[in-house]
Amino acid sequence: MSGGGGSPDIYFAKGGPEDPRTPPGGGSRSPRILGGDRSARNVWIAVASTILFFGVLAVVVVRSPGWPEIKQQFFNGQEFAVSFPLILRKFTRNIFIFCVAEVLVLTLALVLAVLRSLPGPVFTPLRIFSATYTDLFRGVPTILVIVMLGFGAPALNLQGVPTSSFFWAIIALTLVYSAYVAEVYRAGIQSVHPSQVAAARSLGFSRWQSMRYVVLPQAIRRVIPPLLNDFIGLQKDSALVYVLGVVESLNQATIIQAGDFNFTPYVALSVIYIAITIPQARFVDRMVARDQRRRQAGATL
Amino acid sequence: MSESVRIEGVHKSFGELEVLRGVDLTVEQHEVICLIGASGSGKSTLLRCIDLLEPIDAGRILIDGIDITARGTDQDAVRRRIGIVFQSFNLFPHMTVLRNVALAPVKVLKQPWDRAADRSRELLERFGLADKAEEYPDRLSGGQQQRVAIVRALAMDPNVLLLDEITSALDPELVAEVLDVIRELAAQGMTMVIATHEMAFARDVANRVCFLDGGTILEEGPPDRIFSEPTNERTRRFLDRIIAAGRM
Repeated sequence: MSGGGGSPDIYFAKGGPEDPRTPPGGGSRSPRILGGDRSARNVWIAVASTILFFGVLAVVVVRSPGWPEIKQQFFNGQEFAVSFPLILRKFTRNIFIFCVAEVLVLTLALVLAVLRSLPGPVFTPLRIFSATYTDLFRGVPTILVIVMLGFGAPALNLQGVPTSSFFWAIIALTLVYSAYVAEVYRAGIQSVHPSQVAAARSLGFSRWQSMRYVVLPQAIRRVIPPLLNDFIGLQKDSALVYVLGVVESLNQATIIQAGDFNFTPYVALSVIYIAITIPQARFVDRMVARDQRRRQAGATL
Repeated sequence: MSESVRIEGVHKSFGELEVLRGVDLTVEQHEVICLIGASGSGKSTLLRCIDLLEPIDAGRILIDGIDITARGTDQDAVRRRIGIVFQSFNLFPHMTVLRNVALAPVKVLKQPWDRAADRSRELLERFGLADKAEEYPDRLSGGQQQRVAIVRALAMDPNVLLLDEITSALDPELVAEVLDVIRELAAQGMTMVIATHEMAFARDVANRVCFLDGGTILEEGPPDRIFSEPTNERTRRFLDRIIAAGRM
């Protein structure tokens, strides 16, 4: 695009003839946020209705009788400027928690999913174990698992096992989220057609090799979007470890809030969470699109 | 000639449905056998049983004189020596054509990647697929995909090749390129058992044709005899239907 400067060309640039994959009149299969048909008239309608909608909403909120008080309590610029860097610094602890938990979850959940997918009567106990695990940890609220493990496990005084609540917070999150992610993996494994396994076995691959080289690579590719969904959940739930007294971002925000009698620190923390989740979602969108393009570009020509 | 595959009294049921009711068949080395018969007559099931993809209920199957259906057989080792090509290609969509072909030699036969890749390229070239090595299967036509599937099976140097209606999922204009490959393999002496609906092809390439009906081999013999003077009433009716449908 060579800077068309308001010429209608820019609206047609995407989905034009140089991009044969784009079906006429639309972008992807699902409707896009900005609409599919980007003719000048439609863009104006979109802009006008958006301004009207959010304008009315803003007016209703701002003109409500309690607004000045809420603004002072939640959207205080000065409070935000002071608390934001402090909370951000403690947020690195959350990042550490969920990064370590994510690596552990990816591994543990994969093991659980593979166990549950093993065929044959010999593996019944392993399948039962995996199913029971999933039922238990999906059923119990995350915060209860964190409290019970965080306060209970250190009291066991097990030899060689750390007693820090920080450690047990990570374990608790890993256990809970492995149950969810195992189900995601399992759905992916089941979505790979049995004929793929037949083809692999017919070439002499063992059961495990078929899983490793044929089923899992396809399954994991398919479940990346739902996997990210669970990871965003995990990242947000890293705030729950505050109940153990671990000084992370939510505890930091609470400390400031209690000191200043102002809720703006919570808003600041919310901003941080949003700022880390949105790029991840876009990244996965792009990754999925690229994979699809690489495999199928030629097929639609 | 010595014996390659020997099938003795094989029975196979899926639940209540008895698909194979005592099949006996002997395949000599370098022989090409075509299995014909209506859909559901047990052709595919028989091939899948030979490759141990389905356990049999009774009877036994010998490959090169060794009972592969005996208890304690290393099934993976058996499958290594038997190639099978499926109606729906079943290529691995997440890898390139080259990796599809070379993966089993590398992972199963433990060949070094370079050697397996060189040999895979050679095979691909022999079947006119040299320029497709780095493509993904989804980008190939059905005929090309099926030829890749054949090459993938050949890369394991099988003693016997099983072909399960390999042209049934193809557009008519792509059938010939796949059948030509099979003709070439037959000319080179590859032992093959072919389930097919292509009667002209069967007549042309087979040493022996077996007519399956209701889970048994009702009639077998050289193609000229089976196609021109079938002795069994059901074989005759089946062939009449095929001729009426304009497929022979």
